[in-house]
Amino acid sequence: MNMTLTFLWTDIMVWFLVVVLIAWGWVISRSGQVKKQWHTIFKSGIAMASALVLLFYLLFTLLDSVHLRFVADVNENKQSVQYQGEMVSLLDLMFTHNIENSERTYSAPFATHEYVKSIVVDEKGVSQQVNLPLKHVSSSNHFWKDSLFALLVGAGIAFFFIVLHLFWRRRTGKESKLPWKIAYLTLAILIIAFTWLYLLSFSYHVLGTDKVGGDVLYQSLKSIRTGVLIGILTTLIMLPVAIILGVSAGLLGGWVDDVIQYLYTTLSSIPGVLLIAAGVLSMQILMDNNPQWFESTLERSDIRLVFLIVILGITSWTGLCRLLRAETLKISQVEFVTAAKAFGVGKWTIIRRHIIPNLMHIILISIVLDFSGLVLAEAVLSYVGVGVDPTTFSWGNMINQARLEMAREPMVWWSLFSAFIFMFILVLAANLFSDRIQTVLDPRNKT
Amino acid sequence: MFGYILKRMLYAIPILIGVNLITFVLFFMVNSPDDMARAQLGAKQVTPQMIEAWKVDKGYDKALFVNEKAKGIEKLTDTLFVQESLKLFSFNFGYSDANRDIGTEIKERMGPSLAIALPTFMIALITNISLALLLVLFRGSALDTGMMIVAVMIMSVSGLFYIIAGQVLFSKMWHWVPISGYEEGWSGIKFILLPVLIGVFSGIGSGVRWYRSIFLEQINQDYVRTARAKGLSELKVLFGHVLRNGMLPILTGVVVVIPTLFMGSLIMESFFGIPGLGSYTIDAINAQDFAIVKAMVFLGSVLYIIGLILTDISYTLFDPRVKL
Repeated sequence: MNMTLTFLWTDIMVWFLVVVLIAWGWVISRSGQVKKQWHTIFKSGIAMASALVLLFYLLFTLLDSVHLRFVADVNENKQSVQYQGEMVSLLDLMFTHNIENSERTYSAPFATHEYVKSIVVDEKGVSQQVNLPLKHVSSSNHFWKDSLFALLVGAGIAFFFIVLHLFWRRRTGKESKLPWKIAYLTLAILIIAFTWLYLLSFSYHVLGTDKVGGDVLYQSLKSIRTGVLIGILTTLIMLPVAIILGVSAGLLGGWVDDVIQYLYTTLSSIPGVLLIAAGVLSMQILMDNNPQWFESTLERSDIRLVFLIVILGITSWTGLCRLLRAETLKISQVEFVTAAKAFGVGKWTIIRRHIIPNLMHIILISIVLDFSGLVLAEAVLSYVGVGVDPTTFSWGNMINQARLEMAREPMVWWSLFSAFIFMFILVLAANLFSDRIQTVLDPRNKT
Repeated sequence: MFGYILKRMLYAIPILIGVNLITFVLFFMVNSPDDMARAQLGAKQVTPQMIEAWKVDKGYDKALFVNEKAKGIEKLTDTLFVQESLKLFSFNFGYSDANRDIGTEIKERMGPSLAIALPTFMIALITNISLALLLVLFRGSALDTGMMIVAVMIMSVSGLFYIIAGQVLFSKMWHWVPISGYEEGWSGIKFILLPVLIGVFSGIGSGVRWYRSIFLEQINQDYVRTARAKGLSELKVLFGHVLRNGMLPILTGVVVVIPTLFMGSLIMESFFGIPGLGSYTIDAINAQDFAIVKAMVFLGSVLYIIGLILTDISYTLFDPRVKL
């Protein structure tokens, strides 16, 4: 092997989350009632389509969360192996051609020439302003032919998966009322769109290039990881805090309740952005004082991302905690809990068997609701200057840069446009999915 | 009533002390006065004497929580934490790194912030409620479904995009309003127009959905059925009953926000070059001016707590069942 797997902190967190998700899926697959609820959720075509889109984004996050380090130097006697300082993710491997083939400066999507005129002195000594041709785009390109080919390949792949699933459905032989047609359509659109972008990225800069000639499509895809990570890992951090504090405040009452209430009132009275800003500023100083924590810039930006997620988690548990406290208070007065207490059932068993299952819908709804808010918040925080590291790929950083680009004449619109589209699709899918979860799980909606 | 308000205000004190403790930990323990001095004096040739002198000059030369040198109760009071907190409680915010009085600066900048935030808030409130009422009137129709889809889409776009797109369209391409700037008085309206418009539009998605759900919850209640059975027209039912009863949940969400309007909007102000508190905060964050950030955190918390108290008071005014 001439490479080794390395794990950044966020990689570990992502894979831990995947394990948790699988475990949770296994738990709910054993409970008939919960399984039925999820079945109801996916009965809606919109929910099915948005869940697939979310899965697609998650897939890119996972691809980007496997980091490899290649061997740079092997000693003579093969005693020690030197690895390159640079880490490469699977997504980077897929887009090696785009990373290596960077241009000099701005170019529009599918352009063959640079966007800005440069001064060129020809043999006769006359200087001219011309748009230089791009280095890595062949001048004899066949846009329509390439597109047709890419679309056919994409359709082929999509067809393969769909047929595979159809066969599997027939073999299991179960009649399901889920909207599979919409699922297949969404899957086909996603796969075809991506293959088209991917195959054409070998001969063009599909979404143009940025100021220093970096490929915008690659940047947008890399940003997926940052957005999704902030969206779900923050919830992962704040969830245990909110559940433990909320349930104990509601159940124990007395001074515990007072202390916890005081805690969340205090935290929530500080304006959110300012608290985050204060946290991030302090974190920056902490990191500047401890440069030994990280070896490379990638690790540095990764640690900063972890800190940001932790800070976001600390500042955002208060809302859920308040809801859980109120709900626990309500549930602990209900007859079945009183009955359980009368039977001498232990406190832990009551929490596990009666309270937590009845809080599940609140927790789930707040996870999906927070997700889209956090993805959007990332952009704002990056603009304010307290977001992710400037070297991290993120939609916030892209939009931030685009602000200056829009002031140029002529306008450089594609960075903003790409960041906007990629973000919009993710947030829209999350919003639609959370709507559906809310309608199905929220008991108040049952009429 | 007054007893209640007094009680609530006393209850605010421990919360504000907690807020102070959090900011103090963030700003003085992580970033110790020595670090601050080094950053301020520049990295080159900083002697310990210079650091000490800077700390004495700024009043940061005391112990953080427990002053071992002092006697009796002064052991706890003659510390940096208590001194800094007391200064904040008397609204003495001290001086920024640029050596300007933060208190006067805040007073000057509140006006421009309000000039943007107040119209945005009022117009948004009226538009959102009227649109929500309209959708409730036509609930279940194609208009309702269509508008709900549009609302989700509006919600799913980053606010930054609205601002950038708005500036490009209205200022850069069509030249209707200037791109950024601010003026006092009526002539300044051309600067305010676009930020207010964008502010209202970007909030319309979530706003309309929220008000609509409030009204829909009311419309299934028994009293609405009774009102219809009496033969009231749908419009009368909506305005006379549903809107009035929906006011209570609306108040909880809205009154809390009013005092924080003074803080201004961070992004809006910095994009449109409005010299308000929002852009003040952003500049402070970028320049790492901790004194200003600290002052803004404290001010924001005070305003939020005032908002909570106002919410309770407004409840007694609008809900005859609540008695204090």
